[in-house]
Amino acid sequence: MADDQKGAEPAIRLVGLRRVYGERAALEDLSLETAAGDSLVVLGPNGAGKTTLLRILATLLRPTGGEVRVLGCKLPDEAWKLRGRIGYLGHEPLLYRDLSGRENLRFHAKLHGITGARAEARIEELLEAVKLSHRGDERTFEFSAGMRQRLAICRCVLHEPELLLLDEPDSNLDIEGREIARTLIGPGLGHTRVVVTHDPERHLPEADQVLRLDVDEPAAVS
Amino acid sequence: MTPSRTAFAAILGKDLRAELRTLQSLPAMALFAVTSFVIFRFGLNRTSLSGSLAAGVLWATLLFAAVLGINRLFVAEREEGGFDAIRLAPIDRSVLFTAKVAALIIYLVALEIIAVPIFAVFFLNSAAALPPLILVLLLADIGLASAGTLISSMAVNSRARDLLVPLVLLPLVVPLMIAATAATEPLMLLGGVTYHRFGTWLMVLGLYDLIFALLGYAVFDFLLED
Repeated sequence: MADDQKGAEPAIRLVGLRRVYGERAALEDLSLETAAGDSLVVLGPNGAGKTTLLRILATLLRPTGGEVRVLGCKLPDEAWKLRGRIGYLGHEPLLYRDLSGRENLRFHAKLHGITGARAEARIEELLEAVKLSHRGDERTFEFSAGMRQRLAICRCVLHEPELLLLDEPDSNLDIEGREIARTLIGPGLGHTRVVVTHDPERHLPEADQVLRLDVDEPAAVS
Repeated sequence: MTPSRTAFAAILGKDLRAELRTLQSLPAMALFAVTSFVIFRFGLNRTSLSGSLAAGVLWATLLFAAVLGINRLFVAEREEGGFDAIRLAPIDRSVLFTAKVAALIIYLVALEIIAVPIFAVFFLNSAAALPPLILVLLLADIGLASAGTLISSMAVNSRARDLLVPLVLLPLVVPLMIAATAATEPLMLLGGVTYHRFGTWLMVLGLYDLIFALLGYAVFDFLLED
């Protein structure tokens, strides 16, 4: 899929992206293009703007300046066209503690317009994939952090998004959990991926492109 | 785009399921109302109330009990990432407003099913006021839920949430409370139920409902922006 899509419009195109919080610039003059199907790995120390970049691409934050196009949609004006085509895995699992795993996934499926037998089949398929089908009816506050992360991965890919925005996707996962995660959000599955990580050894081998962000330093794309 | 009724049902169903499971809002609201009636009964040293005093006791109690539920309306969205989940979904964001208003109306109706009969037992000589009172309660619930949802969504991001909701909401609902007590007063007169200017006050309640429902629907999308 990646090869088919290369040469077409890039999945992500940033030109002079800027985002400020008050007087502090979290991102300054960031430009890059990522082809459809590629994996962009984002590295950098705490406070370098990695999560800010991810939230802008996810339409959760508005850029202060510059041009942002994601999957052909200009942000923030066409954000409404983009929602539903993105799978976002952030620091928070976006799961309700008082609902069970299945209820959480049903809720997110409905928000994405997936209902009835199709939703149930997809939910069971994903719970099976992350080895949580036997715990799917328990409330998520009873889950360990690793189990919540597995469920959050299910939520992230439930609606079969084209673009995955992954912020530390391996956090709280054990070795088995990381292998399971690879089968759903790993490279080579046809998604365009943006992976924010503090673990370059693990994620650099799968990168088509690397973005290094630093505090008060220009971004470097390689 | 996901059809709005599917998203509405998902959000409302999620809220009601979570409340039934945790009972975080309704029991507190009901307990507050019943305790307030007990305090009024002994504080005023009266076994029956009528007219404006009865209407005032009823509506002041229901309003402050409602504030408890309004305070908690968006807590799960704030603390468990629901705002982000909804902002990432291909839905009309105003659906969150309408679903929260519907959830709050259901909480208020449940509160009133418990509190109003207790009020009648404590303070009213007859139950004749109760059937027409249902109309007043329903119209006031819609206005209170619309204004309360709007204010709660703004206050939830503040650490002073518990303080902000009453401080901002109470002045906004003064017209609603004036109309609700004025519509209730003739229903609870000593001489029996009368309908003096009842229809006029119902229209005022309806107008308030319309204004805040439209205002909330119009501005809610902007409130969810970063």
